[in-house]
Order: sequence, then structure tokens, then C-alpha cells
Amino acid sequence: MFSALKQKFRNWLFRPKIEHGTVVLTQRRIFILPTRQGWVLGLLLALMLLGCINYNLSLGYVLTFLLAMMAVMSMLHAFRNLAHLEIHAGRADAVFSGETARFLLHFSSKLPRYQLILRGEDSDSVIFDMPARQDYAVEFPLHAARRGWLETGRLTLYTEFPLGLFHAWSYLHFDARCLVYPRPLPDAALPTGNAPDGAGKRSLAGDDDFAGLRTYVAGDALPHIAWKAYARGLGLQVKQFTTPVGEALWLNLNDTPETDLESKLSRLTRWVLEAEARGLRYGLSLPDGELPAGNGSAHRDACLRQLALFGLVETK
Amino acid sequence: MSKSHLYGLLLSILMVIAPHADHLPPWVSALCIVLLVWRSYLAWSGNPLPKRWLLMVITLTSLSGILIDFHTLFGREVGVTLLMLLATLKLMELRTARDAMALIFLSCFILITNFLYSQSLLTALYMLATLLVIVTSWVHLHAPGIAVKPRLRVAAVLLLQAIPLTLILFILFPRVPGPLWGLPQDAFARSGLDDTMSPGSVGRLALSDAVAFRVSYQGKPPQRAQMYWRGPVLWDFDGHTWTPGRATQGIAPQFSATGLTTEYSVTLEPHNKHWLFALDVPDSISVPARLTDDFQILSREPVNERLRYEARSHLTFHANLQESQAQLQRALQLPQTLNPRARQLAASWRADDDHAVVRRALGYFNQQNFYYTLEPPPLGRNSMDDFLFDTRQGFCEHYAASFVFLMRAAHIPARVVTGYQGGEYNAYGNYYIVRQSDAHAWAEVWLTGQGWVRVDPTAVIAPERVERGLSAALTDSAALPFMSRNPPLWLRDLRLNWDALANQWNQRVLGYDSERQFAYLSRFGLESVSLQVIYMTAGLGLVIALFALYMLRHLFKREQDKTQAAWLKLCRKLARSGLPRAPHEGPWDYATRVAIARPALADAIQDLAARYVALRYGAIQNERAQSEFIRRATKFGRSKNK
Repeated sequence: MFSALKQKFRNWLFRPKIEHGTVVLTQRRIFILPTRQGWVLGLLLALMLLGCINYNLSLGYVLTFLLAMMAVMSMLHAFRNLAHLEIHAGRADAVFSGETARFLLHFSSKLPRYQLILRGEDSDSVIFDMPARQDYAVEFPLHAARRGWLETGRLTLYTEFPLGLFHAWSYLHFDARCLVYPRPLPDAALPTGNAPDGAGKRSLAGDDDFAGLRTYVAGDALPHIAWKAYARGLGLQVKQFTTPVGEALWLNLNDTPETDLESKLSRLTRWVLEAEARGLRYGLSLPDGELPAGNGSAHRDACLRQLALFGLVETK
Repeated sequence: MSKSHLYGLLLSILMVIAPHADHLPPWVSALCIVLLVWRSYLAWSGNPLPKRWLLMVITLTSLSGILIDFHTLFGREVGVTLLMLLATLKLMELRTARDAMALIFLSCFILITNFLYSQSLLTALYMLATLLVIVTSWVHLHAPGIAVKPRLRVAAVLLLQAIPLTLILFILFPRVPGPLWGLPQDAFARSGLDDTMSPGSVGRLALSDAVAFRVSYQGKPPQRAQMYWRGPVLWDFDGHTWTPGRATQGIAPQFSATGLTTEYSVTLEPHNKHWLFALDVPDSISVPARLTDDFQILSREPVNERLRYEARSHLTFHANLQESQAQLQRALQLPQTLNPRARQLAASWRADDDHAVVRRALGYFNQQNFYYTLEPPPLGRNSMDDFLFDTRQGFCEHYAASFVFLMRAAHIPARVVTGYQGGEYNAYGNYYIVRQSDAHAWAEVWLTGQGWVRVDPTAVIAPERVERGLSAALTDSAALPFMSRNPPLWLRDLRLNWDALANQWNQRVLGYDSERQFAYLSRFGLESVSLQVIYMTAGLGLVIALFALYMLRHLFKREQDKTQAAWLKLCRKLARSGLPRAPHEGPWDYATRVAIARPALADAIQDLAARYVALRYGAIQNERAQSEFIRRATKFGRSKNK
């Protein structure tokens, strides 16, 4: 009850909102509070002060004041350690469910920073020092438990440098997200029958018929590049061909023996990887649409993406 | 907990413990050293920490050791000893970062206990060094990744920034007069004059270089031979030891001055006793104190912190011309059976009047080959007889005691006075240093018509003692500490310089208590605590704000594009002369328009626009081209204004 209220209060106080682009940690974004050690030191200083008064120790006053003022200055140092840090979220390569997604965060600072700690809502922390530099990338690992879009959630960037007496922190909630593919089954034989099901009756005529152009993606075979189009100044395009049904392997959700959707998707994922590894041409057929048969890493990624997002509501 | 963390902590603990070594029981110091070495070895070799039961055994053993040594587990000495053991034992089971923080805090606390024993300038400097070491390891705990140098730098910056703030607090933080609770009895055990005197007791003090008090005279100081600082007055003699005895109802102290007065101020080091020292008879003293019947000045509280007082004394006077019978009787008491030969000698002088008896006694000391020494042979049961007729070697307490004995045996009221005589002049601070080695004992006799008169038999045997000091009077000065003999002149100068500095330190820093604070601050009109607090807060706020500005200056400085700034300045100049740049106009369009409107400027403006576009939108950033552009842009404005 109390913790729920506290959470509510915190949410109101810190008003989390999702941001994109570069975040500059201005004064208003940095919060600072004493740590438990800070309170303990406060108590110790009070005790020392009492001792000084009782024994009239002038040097005792000096020491007590020195420690107290160092504590105060350490608050300023902790603040400076975060102040005017510029951060933007970079890309995060897609991973399979069960793996660890690595979000790249780019920091830039005119001062060296020490002992910055980045902590997710429920994940491990990343601790790093950074030099005074324009672009310092920090990898923030996040466990990808489910397929779909993985978001960083609200990150806390904090520091207790230099004396551990004050906890200075700021919240970072970027719109960065990472695509998580379904976890592939460890081993699954490709389906043998490659007859399309009823839904996939778009039998395409012609051998290697030219079907259109799409933008070049790294990894596309050179012979498929439409050099004529390039010459016309349309940029790198790749010719797409349709293949007769009989030669393409169709990977169909309904062909999977599993009963629950996630396992079916896992099997399909393995199939896609397997087909790609063997250099086959393959198509993907899902209840909400089909990907025409194809080949190459771009095709594979498109298939995996389809699988990752199948049945999920796109948030963006 | 990495090795380097551990070495930092070990060094911190070592530095806070080291100054305590000279008042800890030797076995505790030894145990601490053993534990520190053991822990360093464990860190170095990577062996596991000792088992818990072993630490338990060590802890319990040392606790019982303390109990046997001190007979208690309370009090200041025991507390400090326990803290040392706690710190070193904690080091033996240091596992987590939290343990390390506990140790850091503990070292800060032990650091402050050191001030119970010493608050000298050197101690203060040592404290700063120790604090730097502690804070460096402290920073290291919270930033394991940073190297020694930046770590040290962060610690030093923190410390340096704290110093001006501390200064503000030190001056303005409202001081509360202590003590808040009773000082424990053992709070300040220090050496000094005792209220008893037996053969050898003053001689022991002569070996101590410690400062008893410092005196500065207003006006001309008296002759050295007149500087008798009266302390405890001793009446009763049991054949071996002189004691103050039980005070009888005497006549209130009264004296008639026969000469000029001397005014001076004394800064008395704490000695944990009641008496204050003044020259002969004082008629005023600036602290609450009372003058006893035998002209001792006793303060209300034991002097357990450095005390400064002003006093005014008469050096020539008649004291208690009328003395009560009870006091005179007291001044004639002697143990009946002891020292028959001395009694006989005194009786043989009795035919003369009192003055003549005093003279004969002094003559006896003068003519019978008496010898002034710090190492007299031991005396037997009839100590006066042994001294007067056999050994004839003694220090001032021997002469004072035997003289008073002879006087009493001759029916002249007499008493022993102890205190200090002389002092060393410090030209660097224009004051006198009176050390424990200046401790002295002399006699006072009561003569009809003159009252109590001081007689110093030592002055007869070794006049140099009174005129020039102890080292001049002793022929066998080897027993004295080096500095009390005749050190080289430069060394003596150095010592006097140092003492002058220490005196300033004592007066200004250590003596800055609630009264001094009030006196000092009221000079600036800060008479109320609330004003003090307001100024303190404002001062702290101001200095912290300045530090903040300085520390964050890199962050708030906007990175300005100098190229653009120069261009905009140029545009503003043209705008003032009636050719403002339209918001939509690019540099080229603008330059073209200006060139048409002002043909005279055409070449210059087009050149500048070309340079500007190349610098700002071109791929290459060239610093020389940039400075050239800025130079030309500035010049363009000037030539146009002409």
C-alpha cells in the first residue's frame, strides 16, 4: 500500500516520458539525495562536534568542519559528474529471444566522468568511466525474454562519485527499441512437401521472371543488381524475380506440428535459418500474409521480422 | 576488495594510529603493528583471512589485557585504546565495501581523538596529510577504475576546496562553552609541579623541556633574578616530604606595596591543578580566582585547558606584617625526634637576632662547600643531617627544605614555596618561556616588622641559577636534555622561532573559544548568534557558488562558431548603414545586393561572402582560412567606417 503510493508519488515527481534524439542532462533533470553512508557520516560529524565542544578541541572543530565541507563539496562533484552530459540512443541489432540485446548509448562530454552507473528497471547495471570525448558508446545489455519489440524502459543513470555520500541520478527513457526474433528450435528438419497450402495458391508463372525492383541491401548478389537503373541515376536497385512454385520451399505456419503459437513460430524460425543456410529459395506463409520466396540475408531478416512481430500490435 | 584498496586503508589506519603509540600500553601498540603487518602479508600473498574464532580469541584476550592494565573498560584512555584495537581487528575481517567505509569513518574518528593529547601546529599539519591519505582511499573505494594520480587529485581538490569553507565555519560557527558533560578525571594528565616536595621531586621536573607557561610583560620586564613565580606553599614536614598541610584560620592576606607594579599576561599550559602562577604578590588577576592566606592564587576549576590571564604584581612589599599566632605556630612545626645535629646547629645560632640567624644560615651554605647538582646522593632517615653535614650535594629542593628546617629549629617561622624561577626570553615574539625545567623551590621566613620575606638559599650556592638559568648553574649538565644545555646558537634561534609560532598558534587558533569569538566578532558588529549564523550561511553559500561556477565553467560555456559570429557582426554593421539582410537571403544573394547598392564595397563583400560560404558549408575546416576570414571581416567594418 505504502510502496504503491510511493511509486505513484515518484512517478508524479519524476514524470517519466519517452524521449527521442539527444538528451542533455540539465540541472532540472538531475536529482540528488544523500546515501545511507551520507547519513552515517552526518551522525558521526554530530558526535565529533559534541566531543569538540566538551573537550574544547579547536583542532577537533577544524577536522569536523573539514570533513563536513568535503561532504558538501562532494555533492557538487557528484552533480558535476552528471551535469551537461549529452546522451542519445543508437541502434540495437536484432537478437533472438533468450539472447541479450545490446543497446548502444552514445555519450558525449567536455569533461572526463567517473563511475557512471546505468541501471535498467530490472536488469544488471553497467559501470563505466568515460574520457572527455564527443562520442563515447556504452553498450547496455538487456535480456530479451520475448519476441517482438524490446524497449529499454526507463534507465537510471546515477553516480555516487567521489565519496559515496550523495546519490545523483537522472532518468533516461529513450524510444530506442530492439527487434527480438522468436527463439529458434534447437533442431528441426525442413518440411519435405513443398506444396503450398490452399491459401498460397498464387502460383507464379515463368522461370526467373522479372517481377520488379527493390532497393539494394548489403549482401544482395551482384548479378541481381539493376545496373541499367543505376546508370539512370536511380541508385542501386536489385532485380527481383519470381520463381515457379515448384522450386521454392514454402514455410507455412500451418505445417508446424506444434499446438501453441510460440512453439510454431520457433519452429518456423529454425526453418528460415536452415533454409537460408542451405541456400534454398524459400517463402513464408503466415495467416496474416505471405512473403514471396526469396533468398539472401535481407530476405531472411524480412522473414524473421515477420515472425517476430506476428500477431503483435505494433506500437510504433 | 582489491589489493590497492587494501593498501590505501592500511596506510590510513597506520597514520591515524601512529601518533597514539606514545601513550598506548606498549603491548597494544605491538599488537596493532602485528595485525597490520599480518594483514599486509595476507593482502600481498592472497591468502585467506583468519577464521572468525581466531579473531574472537584475539579480541577477548586483548579486552582482558585492557581490563588488567586499566582496571576498567570506561574512560578516555581505555576508549582510545579500544578504538585502535577495533580498527586493526576490523581490518582483519575486511570483506565488503561496506566494511571498508566503516573503516574510513573509524579512521576519521580516531584522527580526532589524537587532539586530546596534542593540538600543536605539527599535529595539525600531520592531520592534513593523514586526511589526504584517508580521502584518497575513500575516493578509490567509490571509483575503483581511476589511477593513483587522478585519485589523489580528486582528494586534494576536495580538501583544498573545503579549507576556505572551514575557515569561515571556524570563525563564525557559534561556539558553545564546554564542557557539556563532566570531563573524566583522566582527561588531562600532564606533568608539572606537584603539591608535595621530597628530595628529587623538583629535580625530576628539571629534565622536562615542556612549556609551563608563557609570559609577556607590559612595559619593562623585571630583572631575571626577581622573576619568582609562586606556586604551592608547603608547611608540613614529616621528615621526608613537605606537604601543604591543613590550612588554619589565618589572617586575610594583606600587603603594603613599597615599589612599582609589574603588569603582564600569562598563558598557562593546562596542568590539571588549581593553582595559577603570578610574580610574588598580585593585586589583580583577570580570571576568577582567590588569594589564599599564604598568597597562593587558586582558580575555581582545575586548569585543564590552556588559560590566559592578565595580572599585576608587586615585587617589593611587606606581606602580612600582622600574622596570626596559629599560622606562626604552624610555621615552626618540626618532627621532634629527627635530625638532632641540624637542631643543634640551629640552636647554636639562636643567641643572635632573627636577621643574624638568617645570615648565618646562608653563610653556612656559602662556606661549607655545598654543591649544586641534579644527581645528589641518596639521603637516609635523618635526611637534613645527612645533607647538611655529610653529602652536601643537592638541588634546589634540598636547599630550600634544609634552610626552612634550620629556621624552624631556630624558632623563626618559615615555609617552603615552590614554583618557577626565571624563563627564557624569546625575542621573536617578545615574551618569556617558562619551562618545567625552570621549576624551583625556595623559602620564606617571617620576620617581625618585615612580614614574610623570601630567602632563596640556592642563590647563595649557585647564583647563576637565579641569574642565568639552570644550565649555567650546573657543572654536570649532561643529565639535562640536549636543548637545556648550551645548544648551538642557530638551533636555539630555530627553537625560539618555532616557539613564537607555537605561541601565535596557541593564542589565535587553539585559544579561539566562545569568549574570544565574542570578543573578536563584536569588533565587526557581529554581536548576536543569529547575525553570526546569517553571515556564516551567506559566506558559505557565496564561496560554494563560486566553486560551482568555476567547476562547471566548461559545461556552460557555449561553443560558439566564430565564423558565423564574424559574419553576423558584419551583417549587423551593414544593417546599421541601411542595408539589412532579409531573413530569407543567403550570403550570396545578400552580397550581390550589397554589391549593387554599394559598388565601392562590391569586391570586398563578394570576397567575404565567398570565404564565408566555403568555410561554413564547405567540407574542409581550415583554421588559417577561418582566422583570415575573421580578420578580413573585421577590417571590412573598419575601412567602411572611415
